[in-house]
Amino acid sequence: MSPVNRIGRAFAKARTSGRAALIVFVEAGDPDPGTTRRLLPALAEAGADVIELGIPFSDPLADGPVIQRASERALAAGTTLPAALSVLAGLRAARFTTPVVIFSYVNPILAMGEAEFAHRAAEAGADGVLVTDLPPEEGRHLASVLKSAKLDPVYLVAPTSPDARIRRAGSLSRGFLYVVSRAGITGARAALPEGLAALVSRVRKQVPRLPVAVGFGLSTPEQVREVAAFADGVVVGSAIVAAMEAAGAAGRDPVEAAAALVRALAAATLKV
Amino acid sequence: MPDANGTAFRPPEADAQGRFGAFGGRFVPETLMAPLEELTRAYKDARRDPAFRSELDGLLKTYAGRPTPLTYAKRLSESQGGARIFLKREDLLHTGAHKINNALGQALLTKRMGKTRVIAETGAGQHGVAAATACALLGLECVVYMGAVDVERQALNVYRMKLLGATVVPVMGGTRTLKDAINEAMRDWVATTATTHYILGSVLGPHPFPTMVRDFHSVIGREALAQSRKALGKLPDLLVACVGGGSNAIGLFREFLPFRDVEMVGVEAGGRSLAPGEHAARFGPGSVGVLHGTRTLILQDADGQVLPTHSVSAGLDYPAVGPEHARLAELGRTRYVSVSDEAALAAFHRLAETEGIIPALETAHAVAWAMEEARRRPKSATLLVNLSGRGDKDVVSVARREGVEL
Repeated sequence: MSPVNRIGRAFAKARTSGRAALIVFVEAGDPDPGTTRRLLPALAEAGADVIELGIPFSDPLADGPVIQRASERALAAGTTLPAALSVLAGLRAARFTTPVVIFSYVNPILAMGEAEFAHRAAEAGADGVLVTDLPPEEGRHLASVLKSAKLDPVYLVAPTSPDARIRRAGSLSRGFLYVVSRAGITGARAALPEGLAALVSRVRKQVPRLPVAVGFGLSTPEQVREVAAFADGVVVGSAIVAAMEAAGAAGRDPVEAAAALVRALAAATLKV
Repeated sequence: MPDANGTAFRPPEADAQGRFGAFGGRFVPETLMAPLEELTRAYKDARRDPAFRSELDGLLKTYAGRPTPLTYAKRLSESQGGARIFLKREDLLHTGAHKINNALGQALLTKRMGKTRVIAETGAGQHGVAAATACALLGLECVVYMGAVDVERQALNVYRMKLLGATVVPVMGGTRTLKDAINEAMRDWVATTATTHYILGSVLGPHPFPTMVRDFHSVIGREALAQSRKALGKLPDLLVACVGGGSNAIGLFREFLPFRDVEMVGVEAGGRSLAPGEHAARFGPGSVGVLHGTRTLILQDADGQVLPTHSVSAGLDYPAVGPEHARLAELGRTRYVSVSDEAALAAFHRLAETEGIIPALETAHAVAWAMEEARRRPKSATLLVNLSGRGDKDVVSVARREGVEL
């Protein structure tokens, strides 16, 4: 199976079984690389269809406090982009096959060099790349080197994006298109934003060829169930990172805490 | 243009994506892209509107105190025994620094866009005070993000902002200084663009901020150019300004850029030493990267993590420099040097004792380098230093540093 198909296949498989794909975000190296090594297979086992592996960055300006703290913990333990890729490479060597999207800010990628990054990420066994602070205008070069390395570039669209921007993001993306559910930073919210279903349908109309995943602010099985009704994929991040943080603080295993939450979320992905 | 080789330098202009050559641009989350495009259009429209320009000019004149004078620093110059040093007195503006030029401009723009809430970041507190002042004047709600370390070392300005009706939010993340305050302001803005304008305080961040903030400050250079001609009968040989993000420097330099005979030097914070984490000198130790939405020179490690910085002056304590400065340096039109904490503190005292002017610690970096340079140049030479801010805000921390109980 070529890596370029792994994300697409995960969405197709979910669709065939009548559910939305569950996409789980975790921060690489939080709180240490060993935990991430155990974590990714446990998430897959618990029902994650796609994993977004966050790359720690010193200035995570799109993230709320939960992921900021995770990033600080990971950096304190020495995890940067090369270390995160080496964790992934180790897992792939041990036959870990769940699709992984590298989720990064642009500066660590620029520091490595865009072409070098694409090469190393592909070698490590990544399937896609999403760069939070790289809009299509600035992302053409990266999108092209990613495609040559057979990695799927994934772009974000937001409630503030006019149709023309949505089409542009769609034309550069492969695998899926990520819809930011609300204007704001990452982090759990009590309620779904109004007009989310309408936003997703507007995005579908502009970009009919790609699966649409929704993220930002989703944390509970109830929210997942609601969004699964109209989206192809549901992304949960901060809630899982927070569960790991709480478990770690209480002396429990963060991997088990994450897996337990993912099982509950996965059970809510059936389209009703 | 009166230059030696007969050709004027053409000042860089940002292209449609906000790039100055390879620098600048818009590296922000998608959610901010449409609001930035809206802001770019609104600013372009305001700039062309004579009513907007005359309202801003009126406020600068009748409220902020423009034009600011050009002062010949006679005793300071004579004590150096070389070139004559002139000071462009931005310290005399209302709120005590050049920052009010931009704050008034952007606050007027906020009203024009129909927004009711303003957020701002601040390091030394000067931009925060300027933003809070402009908001009080124009009836806008104002929230200022400030690193917890800076809240501590600039306590006076924190209280001033509160007196002006602003809410000051101490930022606990990261290094708890200016860069973290900008992160937090961006986090607020991404959720609130419908009602809120972010008055960014330097020539940093995503397009159109570097261009817009520069334009609002270029009044400094316009005045200084005319004043130099009048006072000296010619242009100065050398312009000197401190550079954190670089707003006061670009404000002074911009109008002089076409005149190739006028040299320009930006002075960065050399901190305790030029070891990583001990300074904020981006030219030299820095490399090209992206921080806070713009591609420019930043202090970072090999993995692209932004390094901590240090400066005695909170306003220069920042790991990136404005993209237009990076471009000007690349073109060889401007150059950048650094001055240590110690030299800046010595200049802080020296200017107070010789001229009766207590400069901001940021500004003291420019004064320190100009004093050195004046000694190397003949008496016929003239140096113009942008005296970007006054030092009242720093008096308590300097006293504490020198073991003086107040």
